[in-house]
Amino acid sequence: MTAILETRGLSAAYGPTRVLQSIDLSVPERGIVTLLGANGAGKTTTLRALCNMMVRVSGEIRFEGRRIDGKATEDIVRLGIGHVPDGRGTLVSLSVEENLRLGAYTRRDARVAQDFELVYGYFPRLKERRRQQAGTLSGGEQQMLAISRALMLRPKLLLLDEPSFGLAPLVVQEIFRILRTINEQEGMSMLLVEQNANIALELANEAYLLETGRIMLSGPAATIGSDESVRRAYLGY
Amino acid sequence: MQAFLHQVLSGFATGGIYASVALALVMIYQSTHHVNFAQGEMATFSTYMAWKMITIGFPYWVAFLLTLLFAFVLGVAIERIIVRPFYKAPVLSVIAVFIGLLLIINSLSGALFDYTIKPFPSPFPSDAWYGGPYLSPHEVGMIFVTFVMLALIFVFFRFTPLGLAMRAAAENPVSSRLCGVRVGWMLALGWGLAGLIGAVAGMMTAPVIYLDPYMMFSVLLYGFAGALLGGIDNPWGAVLGGFIVGVLQNIAGAYLVGTELMVTVALVIIIGILVIKPSGLFGRPIVTRV
Repeated sequence: MTAILETRGLSAAYGPTRVLQSIDLSVPERGIVTLLGANGAGKTTTLRALCNMMVRVSGEIRFEGRRIDGKATEDIVRLGIGHVPDGRGTLVSLSVEENLRLGAYTRRDARVAQDFELVYGYFPRLKERRRQQAGTLSGGEQQMLAISRALMLRPKLLLLDEPSFGLAPLVVQEIFRILRTINEQEGMSMLLVEQNANIALELANEAYLLETGRIMLSGPAATIGSDESVRRAYLGY
Repeated sequence: MQAFLHQVLSGFATGGIYASVALALVMIYQSTHHVNFAQGEMATFSTYMAWKMITIGFPYWVAFLLTLLFAFVLGVAIERIIVRPFYKAPVLSVIAVFIGLLLIINSLSGALFDYTIKPFPSPFPSDAWYGGPYLSPHEVGMIFVTFVMLALIFVFFRFTPLGLAMRAAAENPVSSRLCGVRVGWMLALGWGLAGLIGAVAGMMTAPVIYLDPYMMFSVLLYGFAGALLGGIDNPWGAVLGGFIVGVLQNIAGAYLVGTELMVTVALVIIIGILVIKPSGLFGRPIVTRV
């Protein structure tokens, strides 16, 4: 399988503080890869480094075979990388619909209207609230909005930063079910950062385990899930 | 009663000017939390350009449109070249930059067009049918032009993708970048639009107060008072604030303090707002967790 995203020797730092040490990872086309690790391991930083946002980056990043390291965030996004950021990044003073329109900001094709319906089909609650100010949505709804905003870009690769964070278990299940549907129906590749290792390993085909900025372990999700030490440290049984 | 009504309505006309300046200030403040002290001087300089074009024979409205274009480009250029390197600078450095800009543009107006006071034509003939006992034709035209401009700006921000991107970039630059918005250019566009709005205010007010390099000095003060009154983080509040200041100033000038102390009214409003309700009538108080 060819990789849609590949990094080689990816390092990142906030000012003088190095957070990532030479990460090699690859996301196969149409695949779902999850990046697991404890708090502070560098999961969010990895996603930020891929989009050249808020961190100093070195190393090689290839998207669809082309180098994208060093490009500006907005140019990377325009290549087809959707990013559902840490903390959801809701534009709180805009309406739900305006948030989605902003997601489609770079697109000039005629399928935008169709994609509104697609996204509202995945998340009917957003349709009910489309005129509402986005800041008044609940946490789960804002997460749905963040995913939808990224989907409106029609990305080839979706980066997801802890979509389960702070949400009720039922809402988490709903969101992950929809992510699986999107992956199957649209063939969208995903790189998923999660603390909730159980649910992430269920969704993903492959997994990487990050510890203090290095990759400790990688392999098929099922293998990683049955690894003794991983189970003890991250799955709690 | 008739005199009072006259004061209120003509206050409304000048209030439109203050509202425009207030809107220009708020547009830049919202995206970068900087108050552009040079806003008035930029407007004056643009008005000089209009004056020059009219003097060498351009029809008024042609000169008007060309001036808008010039003011827009000037705003974009100042942001890109002068202001941009200072985005991460401490606030005092930024203030120094803006005061420097104010002095430079002011001196440039004086050096290029000299300091003598010049009359500036009004596009609205003084015997036009829309003049009346309460308002001169120019005042009516001024209100009309201001309202058309405000309406266009509203439509632009509310209904166009670019307007949406500019609002988004001002609110949350990180999320906007992740949607592919070129945030740096949105800031420059904001400066361009602010420059354009200021130029309209300058050209509308110059026939009333005459053109000289210090023309916009007190207008900026009133506009700032209006912005603070309405809430410096709320554009439509600031517009309303500008109108209120215009009317208050006129009434105070006529019945309370006389024309000599009129500028003081603006300062009293600014200090009063900062003491009693720092977030303004329609602004949101800023709460920071520590």
